[in-house]
Amino acid sequence: MHSFLRAYPTEAKLLAVLILICIGLSIASPDFLTLVNFTSLLNNNAVNVIWAVGLLVVLIAGGIDISFAVAASVVQYLCVYAFAAIGGGNWAIGFLFAGGFGLALGLINAFLIHQFRIISIVVTISTFNAFFGLLMFFSSGRFLYNLPSWWSGRVILWEYQTASGTWAELILPVLVMAVCMAATWVLIRRTTTGRQLYAFGDNPEGARRAGISIGLMQAIAFGWCGMMAGIAGLMQAHITKEVVPNALIGRELEVLAAVVLGGARLGGGRGSVLGCFLGVLLVAVTQNGLNLLGVSPYAFKMVVGVIILLAISTSNLDPARLFVPRKGRKA
Amino acid sequence: MPADAVPPDALRFSGISKIFGGVKAVDDVSFTVGAGEVHCLAGENGCGKSTLIKIITGVYQPEPGAGMEIFGQAYAQISPTQARRAGIAVIWQDLALFAEMTVAENIAFETMLGNRPRAVSYARLHQVAAAALARLDVEIDLDARLGSLPIAQRQIVAIARALVSDARLIFMDEPTASLTQSETDALLAVVRTLSARGVAVVFVSHRLAEVLEISSRVTVLRDGKLVGVFPTDGLTQSRLTELMTGTVIAHDVMARDTGDNPEVLRIEGLTRAGEFEDISLSLRAGEVLGLTGLIGAGRTELCHTLFGMTRPDRGRIVLNGQDLQLRSNRDAVAAGIAYVSEDRLALGLIQPQSIADNTVLSVLRQITGAGGLLSSRKKDATVSHWISELAVKIGTPADAVSTLSGGNQQRVVLAKWLATRPKVLLLDCPTVGVDVGARAGIFRIVRALAEKGLAILLVSDEVPEVFLNADRVLHMAGGRIAHEWDPRQTGLPEMEAAVYA
Repeated sequence: MHSFLRAYPTEAKLLAVLILICIGLSIASPDFLTLVNFTSLLNNNAVNVIWAVGLLVVLIAGGIDISFAVAASVVQYLCVYAFAAIGGGNWAIGFLFAGGFGLALGLINAFLIHQFRIISIVVTISTFNAFFGLLMFFSSGRFLYNLPSWWSGRVILWEYQTASGTWAELILPVLVMAVCMAATWVLIRRTTTGRQLYAFGDNPEGARRAGISIGLMQAIAFGWCGMMAGIAGLMQAHITKEVVPNALIGRELEVLAAVVLGGARLGGGRGSVLGCFLGVLLVAVTQNGLNLLGVSPYAFKMVVGVIILLAISTSNLDPARLFVPRKGRKA
Repeated sequence: MPADAVPPDALRFSGISKIFGGVKAVDDVSFTVGAGEVHCLAGENGCGKSTLIKIITGVYQPEPGAGMEIFGQAYAQISPTQARRAGIAVIWQDLALFAEMTVAENIAFETMLGNRPRAVSYARLHQVAAAALARLDVEIDLDARLGSLPIAQRQIVAIARALVSDARLIFMDEPTASLTQSETDALLAVVRTLSARGVAVVFVSHRLAEVLEISSRVTVLRDGKLVGVFPTDGLTQSRLTELMTGTVIAHDVMARDTGDNPEVLRIEGLTRAGEFEDISLSLRAGEVLGLTGLIGAGRTELCHTLFGMTRPDRGRIVLNGQDLQLRSNRDAVAAGIAYVSEDRLALGLIQPQSIADNTVLSVLRQITGAGGLLSSRKKDATVSHWISELAVKIGTPADAVSTLSGGNQQRVVLAKWLATRPKVLLLDCPTVGVDVGARAGIFRIVRALAEKGLAILLVSDEVPEVFLNADRVLHMAGGRIAHEWDPRQTGLPEMEAAVYA
């Protein structure tokens, strides 16, 4: 416990806040602490978590990606046409294609960033616009409803009828989310490549001098983010049973905020899978709570904005510093 | 040769030259380091030290005709990888460590490179890191985040990292530039431990006292040429300075009596809890008041308060007979106080911007013309005035400040503050990272400014600096003023003994 607190101070703080909010909400609303509400929270946020762990890897490597949500929309369209072309497909082909298309889009970002030495925010804002423009141009803004039945058919992993007769259930995206979280955790914590990503994000020049290949790091980070974006796109269409070209635009900032809330540092070298999960969940639980309390949905975004602002400004504040005068330091 | 014969020299380089665009940066230099020797490489900035290090570590290739031998093995060409494999490591001034990672990961970073194994073993990381620290006889918490450690410990981490990669010859570039005296002593102890265990160390430092204390021989370069290799026994700081600069620098006490000049700044009982306690001093026009003491003694904190950046808890600051209530450093500038910070690179200059823009940064309001817009005519006039006044060596004022040498950068910082026409100048460690020759230039400027009536508070952690250049010397320890000395009456050894006690 002690070592957890020391190694993950942000995550521990976040967890504490999340628990406090949950306690508060369960007192304020009888509907909050129910199995149905809990499972629907997970179902509704699985896609955001998948994006978040992808983006996490980019942030750890010192970059930023604005284009992933739009990339997910592009992947959805490509998948619809690809599945039609091969005559249907199945889940295995689905994951392969969605992950592959996403990976390719991520590698485009990595290539531009590395080859032309452009900072990632500029590159991904450009690809964000390029991806979206191309998508709208070729799709003419049309919605697609003709998804293969394996894709749009609801896959229920687990269900349970509560005493009141309502159903609590977990759907496929939750399992996919868990796998993506586990895979990302293995990548960044348990492989040397992952530790190199941290090192590269922390001190690029130091990493370069230590002999780490910068291009490879960018490719892995943005490739992973793209792959996760593609898989998230597949899951999102599975939930909504349709593909809408502008359905996902705007989600990138929501996810980015949640990841930063979860302790990832803009500028690289810090962040964890647990933090991502908690960050997404904190935003989700707050929205959920406001909803149950009957607060106008228009107020949601404002409240969420304030929470993120509070969380980030307090996480930069070291409580110890408030009481001890700063010593003279030399650079 | 029998197996138990004397081990070969760590390094035998001869006839090394390097030409950049027709200029000989290094000209026929020989450099030899014995196995396990602590050797110092001395010379002013631009003398070819860094070029030589880069040749030895394989970053640059020397001109043909060079003889290169590392641990007895001759090389026709050296690549960075070969140099590393041969056991050469460089600890750069910026350390190239990873602040967000743990101490263990930083030390054992090498084990995370390469293709096998792909899985991280945190147990092995710890083991490797602990072994490296044990070789240095140092204990550091392996799970601490590197960024939470003081610079001195990070330095040790960097050395331990070099050991992990089997370094047998470690280059240290200005390792003590930002360390306190006790931290420096600890580092020097580590260097001795390394040497005793057969690891040779090449030490590059501007602090000559250290150079003489730690190394057995010193190789001196000047203008890319070898001046000579000297044993440090019997070598003095002033002799070494002469060798490095090629000129005899006056080491005379500059103190004058300024007791008749009007008092400009008076401080009475100034206190800020945890930083400094009951400080009283008086500073006269034209006086250079030295303030020395160890880092953490409260010198810099006192400067910050005098410059309005922090508020005192108690006490008065009186400038020209008027009580000052400084709410911010803007108030201080308006009152006529200027502060040249100790961390020139990070705080004093905006590196990528031009020399001209940096010079006028503090006086933007004075160089506006019609409609409150910046007047480039006034700006050019201000810039050229100060450039010539302080004899800053520049290409054109439009060049980025980062293109200047340390000494010239320091002059630009001075120009920036002198442009505000201050009455009191707070100079906080003005020679950190500036080489010996340029230091003399800075102190000439300080002296000239004092002659014109400016009251100067000269803060330095190098006692000889204040001894030679100040009219009076205050010694600060533990947040209080411990001694007041007149350099014409108190000798340097006595001052040093008191400060480093």
